[in-house]
Formats: sequence, C-alpha cells, structure tokens
Amino acid sequence: MNHPLSSSVPPSPELRAAASDLMAEYGLRIDEDRLEDWIDLFDQICDYKVVTRENIEQGLPNVLIWCDNQDMLRDRIASYRDVNEYNLHWGRHVIGPLRFCGRVYAADQALARADRAPIWVIEAAYSLYQTDLEGASRLFSVGRYRAEIIASPAGTLARIRSMLVIADTALIPTLLAAPI
Amino acid sequence: MSFQVHWERDDYSRIPFHLYHDPAVYALEMERIFRGPCWSYLCMEAELPRLGDFRTTWVGDTPVVVSRDAQSGAIHAFVNRCSHRGAMIVRKTHGNAPEHVCIYHRWCYRTDGELTGIPFRRGLKGEGGMPADFDMAAASPQRLRIANVNGLLFGTFSAASEPIEQYLGEFGMGMIQRFFHKPVRILGYSRQLIGGNWKLYAENLRDTYHASLLHEFFVTYGVDRATQKGGVKMDARHRHNMNHAYTATDTQEEARAAYAGNAGVALDRMRLRDTKLLQHTPEFDDRMNLAAPTFFPNALVVQINHSLATRQIRPKGVDALEVFQTVFGYADDSDELTRHRLISANLVGPAGFVSMEDGEAIELIQKATASTTDETNIIEMGGRGAITDQAHRVTETPVRGFWSYWAELMGVEPPGGVR
Repeated sequence: MNHPLSSSVPPSPELRAAASDLMAEYGLRIDEDRLEDWIDLFDQICDYKVVTRENIEQGLPNVLIWCDNQDMLRDRIASYRDVNEYNLHWGRHVIGPLRFCGRVYAADQALARADRAPIWVIEAAYSLYQTDLEGASRLFSVGRYRAEIIASPAGTLARIRSMLVIADTALIPTLLAAPI
Repeated sequence: MSFQVHWERDDYSRIPFHLYHDPAVYALEMERIFRGPCWSYLCMEAELPRLGDFRTTWVGDTPVVVSRDAQSGAIHAFVNRCSHRGAMIVRKTHGNAPEHVCIYHRWCYRTDGELTGIPFRRGLKGEGGMPADFDMAAASPQRLRIANVNGLLFGTFSAASEPIEQYLGEFGMGMIQRFFHKPVRILGYSRQLIGGNWKLYAENLRDTYHASLLHEFFVTYGVDRATQKGGVKMDARHRHNMNHAYTATDTQEEARAAYAGNAGVALDRMRLRDTKLLQHTPEFDDRMNLAAPTFFPNALVVQINHSLATRQIRPKGVDALEVFQTVFGYADDSDELTRHRLISANLVGPAGFVSMEDGEAIELIQKATASTTDETNIIEMGGRGAITDQAHRVTETPVRGFWSYWAELMGVEPPGGVR
C-alpha cells in the first residue's frame, strides 16, 4: 500500500533517538509482561506479523501470527492472558542496533505529500531467550524486525505502523504464545 | 532383538510409560514401523511442479529425497545418504537439479537416486580407481515405493506393504479425495520441535477428548465444542482415525450446560473484538468445519474452518519430535479467500490459538514420566474392550486403535489383544 520515496533523506538525530527508544520499549514491555502497554506502541492503523525466513526465501505467504489491526492484536493478547496454555517462562529480548532503510508515504493519506507524516522503514536483529521457572535458559528465537514507524511532527515520538518479524528460527521450540 | 511388553490389559487401556522413553523401543519402531510395512506421508506433488524439483523429508529418522525426474517427470523417493561414505547427498530443503552430487567425493546420482558417476572410477594413468567389477546400479541408495493419492505422496521401504488403497481403506481414500479434489496451492510451512516421544503426538491426534478442554479457545469462542454433531471414525484396522464435527449443529444452551462445572473452560466469558478469524462459509459438501483425518504412522490432514494443512510427524530421537506443517489452499482460490486462509492460519501451527497447547501438554508428559518403571496411563474415556467408531467425541478410543496396530507391527500383541 505504501510507495517508496526516491530521495535518500537521512533521519534526524531526534528521530533516531525516538526509534531507538521505541524498540527498547518494544522488547522490554514484552519481557516485563506488559503486553497491553506493548500494543500502545502501535499506531491506530497497524499490522503485526510473524513469519519465518524459510517461507520468505521461497516466496510463500504463510504466517505464524498475523494481526492486521489493533483489535486483532488485543484479541491475541486477551487469548494469551485468559485462554491459551503455554510453557511457563520469562522472555528476554536482545535487540540490535537499528538500520534506517528509507522512507515511504502512506497511500491512504489524502493529503499533499508535504503534509503527510513520513513512515520510516527500520530493521534490527533480535534474539529472544526463554528462561523456565527453575532458571534454565534457552535461545528461543533469532531473527530480524522489519518495521514501518511513523513519527510525530517534531520527530520525538515514534509509533509502529507495521511490524514484520522474520524469524530465522523456523523450528519453534515447544510453542509460540507471547509475541516476539 | 527380542522385545516384550507387559500389557496390564489386552485392550490397550493401560500403556506403560517406559514405551515413551526406552531408546531400544525407539530404534525398533524405526525399523518395524517406519522402515516396515507402513506407508508414510512424504509431501505433496504440488511441491514438485517442475522437472528436476526436489524436496528433502524424513521417514521416521531416515532422511529421504523426493524428486520429480528431470527427464520423465515421474516422482521418485530415495534415501538421502551417499552410498560411498554415508554423507547426506542433498543438503537443501528444496530446489531444482538435473542430478544430485555428494560434496565429499562427488559421487553423482540421477534424480531417481541411481548412482551414475564416480570420479576417478577408472583411476588415473592406469593407477588407482575402483575394482572393474564394481556395480554402480546395485550400490545405489535404497529407493522407496511411491504412492500418489490425489497428489498426496506416500512412500514405503517395504516390498510387503499392502496396496495403498487397502492400507488407507475406503475411509482414508475418501478423506483424501475430499481434501484434494482439485489442484492445491502451497501457502507455506511451519515447524514445531516438541520435547516428547513421537507417539505422544500420534496419540494426541487420536484423542478427541482433549480438544475442547486443553484448547480452550475452541469453546471460549465457539469454534468447536463437544456438543456439536461429530465423532470419530476409523479404518477397519483402527490404525487411522478421523475426528470431525459439523458446523452449527448445537445450541449455545446445550453447550453452556455441557461445560458448566468444568474447571478452566467456560462459554460466553469473552468475545473477540475482530471476529473475521472465525468467519466460516462451509466449502465442502459435507459441511464439516472441523475434519482431521490421521494416517498411521506420521500424517495428519486438517481443516479448521478455512485453514487447511497437512502435518508430518518427524521423530527426532526417543524424547523429541518435529511437527512439520504444510499450509495450503486451492489453485482457484480468490485473493480474498487466500487472505482469509492466511488470517485463519492464526488458529493452527506452533502459535495457533487452537493448537499451541499440544506442545506443552506433550512435554509435561515426557518430563513427568521419565522416572517411571511399571506405571501406566489410563485410556478409558469412551469405554474399554472392543475398539469401535463413535458418534460423539467424548472419547479416546482411537488411541487404543493406534496401540493395537503398534503392537501388531512391533510383534508384541498380548494374547487375545483387541484389534
């Protein structure tokens, strides 16, 4: 839906800091089991998808998790809280430095381009460890994030428009319940 | 190997836990079941559309290449192990190749698995090389016999296997025809590594009792409830099974009464904010919204609403298994339906709303039973004695069917053991 922008405008230092804060909050809020607050990091219009590299490399669209709006994200978390059973554990995200890949403009915004808030595409590597209740840790998933983030006009606050989690770890240990 | 099981009962309503833990039992299962007279699910023909396409898969713990002949287009399967020193020949999960070459000493194989080339076979300048009488064809990796049922590919190592029609029975052939009545489109894969014995997963697929209890999402959001019309059907030998249910055949009141008083499961407790996940327009003539035929030893075909998939059980040692899932739709699906199938994929797979729990339940069994000696489980839901089809799903009888065939193949049936 979004159109790439040809110019290679670098992100402002404020935006870099905001995006970095955003991704730090992203990982920590999941690890702290503040999943409802984690959803607040997403824009009102949003998309969250977990796919595997195995499928991406073959051009296959299968998803492990796909929430194409905030309501679906809230349903996923509500089900995690109250309905699903899963291996009891603590999660720990380690998120690498951000790469800014470019800007796009949302096609659905009926505003002149100059007035639209730009959407920036960023990428970062992640590893996600799980520690069980007796303290044994394992590497649960490793992969990368490819996110579209939207910044406030001043560039000081960023929200996630879309988050694509591309897990190198296609072979999911046990099961996947909490978001990555 | 001489191997005996002390069965407490001849109807398989008590299974000794050590059968999930003993490495010698596991080794014998690989020989007598997976390399024995069973037909194992390999992959789908739709995954090999072009000449020379290949996929690697597993039959039990044996690595196997499935390929479409680069010349004739026929489907072949052979053991993915170089005849020379035993190295894995094909290292990728899939691809296209006119021939397969082992990297170690570059022994070369046709797409049907026949050994066709050995570097320096005649030596160099009259020195070295293989003995002149070395028979390359005879040294080729073992090939599997292939059966293609509506594009679902099965393989067996045994010349003694029944014809596939007989093995799957009218029941199995009919269910495959139901799912694969028109060309499919592969949507992708998912994998789950569960720390449990492979039989725990095979049992799980035959235990309809657990579905609406462990997978509470089913009941909470009304996807599937034991009060719906449905049941379990088996083939004549009771080795395969199908759990099934029909859309909208119970009332909310019936379901509420049935689940009242069961700890941990309750109707009407929650509502989805976005219900498109559960939108279902029956697309099969039989109007089932849940159909899950399971084929001994390693296959499941599953429909939950508009989500369609095959699952292959890959044993990974006595205490681990991989569930390899292939998600599909149909070649003539609209873009809208494909999108809906992908949204529906939220229901199944390692992160599936109605499937994730199996991984945890199986690991809990494997952990808690490791220390047992003579202890057994209890499999009596749905009754004892004869193994029969049931027009309800408050049952685990097909689990006893699984064990009866397991015992036959392993040569350990008790005197008078039910079949």
